[in-house]
Amino acid sequence: MSAPTFDLGKLHGGLRLPAHKSHSAAEPVLEVPIPSQLYLPITQHVGEPAQPVIEIGERVLRGQLLAEPDGEMGAPVHASSSGTVVAIEQWPVSGRYGDTAPCIVIDCDGRDEGIAATSGIDFRSLDPADVLLKILDGGIVGLGGAVFPTAQKLMQARTCETEYLILNGVECEPYISCDDSLMRECAAEILGGAQILMHALRIDICFVAVESDKPEALQSLADALEKLDDERIVLKQVPTIYPSGGEDQLVQLVANRQVPSGGLPTDVGCLVQNVGTAAAVHNWIINNEPLISRITTVTGDGVNNPMNVRARIGTTVGDVVQFTGGYADRAEHLFIGGPLTGKSVSTDRVPLVKATNCVLAVFKSSFAGRELPCIRCGDCAAVCPVQLQPQQLFWFTCADDETKLREFGLLDCIECGCCDLVCPSHIPLTADFRTAKGRIRELADEKARAERARQRFEARNQRLEKEQHDRDAELARQKESARQAGPADIAEILRRKKQQSEDD
Amino acid sequence: MWTAVITIAALALLAGLSLTYASRRLPPSTGDLVEQVNDLLPQTQCAQCGYPGCRPYAAAVVDGAAAINLCPPGGQDTVQRLSRLLGRPVLPLAEQVEPAVAIIDESSCIGCFHCRNACPVDAIVGAHQLLHSVIESECTGCELCVAPCPVDCISMRPLQ
Repeated sequence: MSAPTFDLGKLHGGLRLPAHKSHSAAEPVLEVPIPSQLYLPITQHVGEPAQPVIEIGERVLRGQLLAEPDGEMGAPVHASSSGTVVAIEQWPVSGRYGDTAPCIVIDCDGRDEGIAATSGIDFRSLDPADVLLKILDGGIVGLGGAVFPTAQKLMQARTCETEYLILNGVECEPYISCDDSLMRECAAEILGGAQILMHALRIDICFVAVESDKPEALQSLADALEKLDDERIVLKQVPTIYPSGGEDQLVQLVANRQVPSGGLPTDVGCLVQNVGTAAAVHNWIINNEPLISRITTVTGDGVNNPMNVRARIGTTVGDVVQFTGGYADRAEHLFIGGPLTGKSVSTDRVPLVKATNCVLAVFKSSFAGRELPCIRCGDCAAVCPVQLQPQQLFWFTCADDETKLREFGLLDCIECGCCDLVCPSHIPLTADFRTAKGRIRELADEKARAERARQRFEARNQRLEKEQHDRDAELARQKESARQAGPADIAEILRRKKQQSEDD
Repeated sequence: MWTAVITIAALALLAGLSLTYASRRLPPSTGDLVEQVNDLLPQTQCAQCGYPGCRPYAAAVVDGAAAINLCPPGGQDTVQRLSRLLGRPVLPLAEQVEPAVAIIDESSCIGCFHCRNACPVDAIVGAHQLLHSVIESECTGCELCVAPCPVDCISMRPLQ
């Protein structure tokens, strides 16, 4: 067993939060049965919505392509089980793009027939570029929560000099333990995925980062690594501090490099991928199974049996919770995602999507508390992992001062929610910052549009001026030649005129 | 020693007084200010303010000839930004318009070219006697092409 190493960078701020993970992570992962209907949103990724390629009424098989990416940024959507497509309609979702989104609805026949299985490929014999293209077809997106299309992220990384692949198994947010379960049960797949990613990007060093409060996961990964006998992969144990699993924070911790403001980890030679993404890549390349299911944590004091389950993408959250044993009587709030970065939803009819790492039902929202004025205590600045000054940013969001907000680095905020938690005045800082960020982006768009319109306007004015100038010059030339015309020219013109009228 | 102290103090006082006078009395360079105001305007060149384009309006605002609330596409936000820049009181927007883009009903278009000549940002493509069409991404929604159309085939489609 390769010994976990401790030569780590330091993280500014952060919080040690009660984990609430033991209930859900203790039991083995159960498989949720295939529901009668699946709802597959066409947007489960960052980028343009995928375009459906099936007809309503068509019979589809498990793993069949339903919608393909449109434009440069996107990921395909596959059928999670066999059945008939009955509709493509608006359905409640828990996304950043509004409360409802177009979903492909499949009436499952329960037979779960897959498309004709082709044998997996030996990725080592393929050119790295071909591996990337293959990954693009698997509908794989970043399963840590950001759902950035994996293939595009890898292609971007290929244009940079990437030294380290970092697999993120930190999962620092309270309550969530789906990656923990995945690492315990599917360590071999994760490491296999790491090998594929290293091959595709020609990287020779891979760190697998796991939080120190997951000894079972570490052990399981260490065993799998021993069996695999790949010296390029190194396990790293990182301290249990929220949000050490943030991409930039993890780079700081594992590689001791600071991602520049507004930059990406690839700027400092690192590529971060979630362990779930690595496993999904392995399943697609080796077993030819696209991303049609995932492990999710059903937890909180609002459910009877907190546990981790593997469910098909498109199963409604209600079905998943029913399978685990239903809601407790006192459940009041439902979150998709964790308590800090998750989104509150008003209905459990929303489907489980590629991004859904947690379904959290709670008795009382932990942020209940009346908002009071800011007393400028500075606690928020002390915990901010990005070393921002939330109290100043809050001030500027109130004043809607875009210049100052940019100057104080609002765009670097990772929306981890630490400042909310420590604020003695219960100010929803993260929500304010999120709104302000949206507003800044909107303003920048507006500005760009205005600039383009101005350029076009000026170009047109220049053109009109030139046309006018040419016309004037032509007129002057004609006038000049008329002025210089002698009696002989006039006689010639008159003769021509006469000739013409005679011809007519 | 006292001579030196008094000389320096007198110089400092003189400099202070002249700087105060200059900042109070002399107008700031209007050329820059016009550019700054122009930067805040949405550049739709729609002439809805009564001036032939964004820059002329900016010049009029700096001159004091025009109020700061005459730009409908800019909306209340622009009024606010102008008021912050110029130190003038915020006024309610004189006229509201919803953001929209022009759309040509292609079945009625006769290819007369009038709309293309009217468009301040060259967002209409087409040739004489042939169908015209609006480049939606470049259209600023200024409505200047609507009136010249002899067959009334241009309408404004609101953006969400």
